[in-house]
Amino acid sequence: MLVTYIEAIRQAMDEEMARDKNVMLLGEDVGILGGAFKASQGLQEKHGSDRVVDTPISESLIIGAGVGLAVQGMRPILEMQFIDFISCGFDQIVNSAATLRYRHGGQTACPIVIRGPSGGGVHGGLYHSQNPEAWFFHVPGLKIVAPATAYDAKGLMKSAIRDDDPVLYFEHKFLYRRIKEEIPQEEFLVPIGKAALRKEGRDLTVITYSSPVHAVVKAARDMASEVDIEVIDLRTLLPIDWGTIKASVRKTGKVLIVHEARLTGGIGGEIAARIGQECFEDLDGPVMRLAARDTHTPFAPAMEEYVLPNQDKITEAIRKLAAY
Amino acid sequence: MTEQKDRELYHWLRLIREFEDRVSHLDKQGKLMGGVYSGKGQEAVTVGFCHDLRWDDWIFPLHRDLGAYLVKGADPKRLMAQIFGKRDGFAKGKDSYLHGGDLSNGIFGATSCLGATLPVAAGMAYKFKMRKEDRVAVAFFGEGASSRGDVHEAMNFAGVHKLPVVFVCENNFYAYSTPNELQFGVDNVADRAAGYGFKGEIVSGNDLHAVLKASKKAIDRARKGEGPTLVECKTYRYHGHSEHDRADYREEEEVITWESRDPIQLWEVYLQRKKYDFAAIQAETTEKVKRIVEEALAFAEASPAPEGPEAMEDLYAMPIDTEAV
Repeated sequence: MLVTYIEAIRQAMDEEMARDKNVMLLGEDVGILGGAFKASQGLQEKHGSDRVVDTPISESLIIGAGVGLAVQGMRPILEMQFIDFISCGFDQIVNSAATLRYRHGGQTACPIVIRGPSGGGVHGGLYHSQNPEAWFFHVPGLKIVAPATAYDAKGLMKSAIRDDDPVLYFEHKFLYRRIKEEIPQEEFLVPIGKAALRKEGRDLTVITYSSPVHAVVKAARDMASEVDIEVIDLRTLLPIDWGTIKASVRKTGKVLIVHEARLTGGIGGEIAARIGQECFEDLDGPVMRLAARDTHTPFAPAMEEYVLPNQDKITEAIRKLAAY
Repeated sequence: MTEQKDRELYHWLRLIREFEDRVSHLDKQGKLMGGVYSGKGQEAVTVGFCHDLRWDDWIFPLHRDLGAYLVKGADPKRLMAQIFGKRDGFAKGKDSYLHGGDLSNGIFGATSCLGATLPVAAGMAYKFKMRKEDRVAVAFFGEGASSRGDVHEAMNFAGVHKLPVVFVCENNFYAYSTPNELQFGVDNVADRAAGYGFKGEIVSGNDLHAVLKASKKAIDRARKGEGPTLVECKTYRYHGHSEHDRADYREEEEVITWESRDPIQLWEVYLQRKKYDFAAIQAETTEKVKRIVEEALAFAEASPAPEGPEAMEDLYAMPIDTEAV
């Protein structure tokens, strides 16, 4: 069936709620309205207002309550209306949810999913464009996924809901209705912790995730006559699929990491460091990074374009690396 | 109340005091690592709120509520091992003191961000209500934590859904060193309940009779589906915030005044008035609580200390080896 990225998310939540009565959804305007982006449209009517809960504007409560529900065996999905607001629930994520199992010596699981629209490119301005994954990448006890396709959006959401650890699910709002794709009618899962090879190549590896996957694949195809590029879509950021990364680096010897989150302190730094340390003998050039410039994501179109990666910038970075 | 219950309550008051005094003593002897947060002087609050709870109810104790652990059913031996950071503690050594709950007895382990357990309690109470289980969540917090947003968010949500939760504020007049008048602009924390659409009550937290009465009312209300209650217990901690805090921000006269309203002494006066054989009760209780604490200590000391690599356990449901490929 042909679905959009956001419809894939909605379907996954719907199917999991139908499959398991312990799955529920809490968030601001997720019920009556069906979500600010309609990601939960129709779910309250179908599954009831006790399981699809319109909460007060209280992000810390939403996540904290999710922890309490999880201890009771529920599997709550916790929506941040915009992922930028996740900072209001930061303590409940890093100190309460991430340590729950650890500080109880393994007595309990913490099966919660925290999800919401991240990312820029839609003139959302400072508080509707953020990519906060690096804040959480540093926190043990969490898992992080960031799908780039409708297929992965659905399969990863289902895996996240069934996972016994807290999973941060960063969906990209630029992709919500811009991509449409055939996905199977029958049930499928996408495992957490496994990257996808979007294109095979021999000269150079680009490692990316979420929205930039599309620009990278397009750039790689457009440059096919110049350079044979391999594209890795990480899909899961924590834990990272190092096996796939290393196999590719051994083959190509050159790596560019692309993400929309800003450069300094971004996930690309960790990937680059580890490749440098563990694949040094395989490298034919410096591990390079292309990311958002080190500023906020501004509103005015020219500034936003200047700050975020795009296909032209990706092409330029690839040429620079290929020249080594 | 029956004589048996009166004696039981006395046992818990005395056990908590004995346990905490021993822990403070061990700390002074340098036998403990980490922070020790004595609740000495506040025993009537935890006994009063936990004694009549069911096994399948849940409590969310704060860092000073060692008594709540004991009364709710935690094994004193494992509790002592927890304080020693041993493998038999609830956190298996991963954190100390009251940061490892005993979930099998409905005791949730707190983080150090005070008040952060209240949203968790509200979420759990939501499940009790949704599934029509007549269970109750009791969440303790200090008057200092009442300034945190988590407390507001939790009470607001609990008010909206009339959740079966009891919010117990232990107002011991100092948040570390900060007095009430620098903590909030209202006279009482309980005054805020009106803003959430439920009842607030103020009780003398050193008077076990008063606490029992208030807790019964609040817990019954929650269990019957009539919603939350905020109960503010005015009480006092004899020690500093932690054992290293000399608490010289308080007047000695104030400490002496509160010591004259000691919750255990008040209960002893009551037992004497009831014409029970108090001398026998006291002797028997003293012998029993000392034995329990001795046994707990022996168990904790003999419990194995965790090995370094155990630091990597219990992070995820299935171990993730991020260092090897």
